[in-house]
Amino acid sequence: MIITKQKNFPKILSCIGSKPVFLIGCNQCATICHTGGKDEVLAVKQALETKQVPVTGWAILDPACHLLNDKRMLKDHAEALHNAEKILVLACGNGVQAIAEINPEKEVIAGTDTLFLGEISHLNEFHKRCVLCGECLLDLFGGLCPVSQCPKSMLNGPCGGAFQGNCEVSPQIQCVWVRIIEELKKRGTLQALSIIQQPKDWSKSGEMNRRI
Amino acid sequence: MDYRSNLEKCLAEGRFVVTAEIGPPKGSDALKIRDKALLLEGYADAFNITDNQTAVVRMSSLAGSVILLQMELEPIMQMTCRDRNRIGLQSDLLGATALGVRNVLCLTGDHQSFGNHPAAKGVFDLDSIQLLQVIKNMRDAGIFQSGDPLRAARPCVFLGAAANPYADPYEIQVERLGKKIDAGAEFIQTQSVYNIEKFSRWIDEVRSHGLDKKVHILAGVTPLKSVKMAERMKFHVPGTDVPDTMYERIKHVSDPAKEGYQIALDTIQELKQLQGIHGIHITALFWEEIIPALVKESGLQIRT
Repeated sequence: MIITKQKNFPKILSCIGSKPVFLIGCNQCATICHTGGKDEVLAVKQALETKQVPVTGWAILDPACHLLNDKRMLKDHAEALHNAEKILVLACGNGVQAIAEINPEKEVIAGTDTLFLGEISHLNEFHKRCVLCGECLLDLFGGLCPVSQCPKSMLNGPCGGAFQGNCEVSPQIQCVWVRIIEELKKRGTLQALSIIQQPKDWSKSGEMNRRI
Repeated sequence: MDYRSNLEKCLAEGRFVVTAEIGPPKGSDALKIRDKALLLEGYADAFNITDNQTAVVRMSSLAGSVILLQMELEPIMQMTCRDRNRIGLQSDLLGATALGVRNVLCLTGDHQSFGNHPAAKGVFDLDSIQLLQVIKNMRDAGIFQSGDPLRAARPCVFLGAAANPYADPYEIQVERLGKKIDAGAEFIQTQSVYNIEKFSRWIDEVRSHGLDKKVHILAGVTPLKSVKMAERMKFHVPGTDVPDTMYERIKHVSDPAKEGYQIALDTIQELKQLQGIHGIHITALFWEEIIPALVKESGLQIRT
């Protein structure tokens, strides 16, 4: 899941100004993150109207990153979209770009900051799990990813900065290398860590498109 | 036998060596390095020049190393993986060796969030173990990391790495040292030693694996200058272990600096007795002027 964080309202307001705006949310990741579901879109709508910003309409796309779906779903909102000068998108960076692509004449505003690809650990709690590196190494590390979860992406960790098992950079999380060691110990394969992992092939992360 | 550096020669001859750290200035003044080096000349066999330590921007370790070479002193150039990718690191290594650097210490590097540019993008394309292996392969096999061959002289360097007996989790630290040796480390400089008992246990384990025969280990010593510094080391710097008794000792004296000096002196005496320790690495943070006395009084011999 793509984890987002809503920009603060004054920031959103300063981007919109007082021009008529159409609001777009997303039924998937942004809904679960409570950044761009129906509830959040309507809350922003109300907050904008309180500030005398005209809201011409709103839509929740399913999902916002699906270009063809977006075009189809937004047909029902053609007039409201036409009346708006700006479109505020409460979805991930991909959703914002999809909307910008199909509305080249409108100014599209990102209402969220896209943080990471992560898992939902508890209700309203998300953890970074993947940096889309293009070459998955998870089988080497007991299913735990040091590329995304270690702030130094160390493949031959840990770094020595762990403090009582927690990461020195993000003390609220457990050091992923401590977890890897625990996991491999459980599996009886700790010896695997004596193998020197070679520098990662980052050319694999350079793919810009894929067609099946 | 041809030695790549004086440091390698001293260690190969079985001498108990001393290295000392010089932090480059936050400015472009070469005199700052020269002044520190003049103060320490004759009191260490080689001098570590740090690479933007704790992620604070300073003069580059390569430039600092060259300033020492101009004074006919021997640098240990530190290289971290935080600020350069494999292209930058290999390029700087070639440049450094062309200019006469013969000792390189490979580190992953402190995370940028701890320094004076926390908004910087950290590189971490390699880690310390990979950097060791990359340089070893350039030197011994004549190939770059990509496999592309070098077309001129190979970088003839004596390779070092860090080790931390106090790091979490302890149980893998000896194995991690073994991995660094496999990757190419020929000398090791350890984290500053305060808890000598724990350090002794670590070195016993290192010896039981025969690793002290494969690598030269220099134990870190950082004299505590003040109660504040002791508190920082004890409570805030991950991977350091200041025992309660030592902390109490320094906290309740009228002259903490004098006590800190005495503690460092005692620590050196104990380290000298430990089998498997081949030297001392002194990092006197903002207190370089204490090093000559420390070296003299602990009876360490520097060949001049």
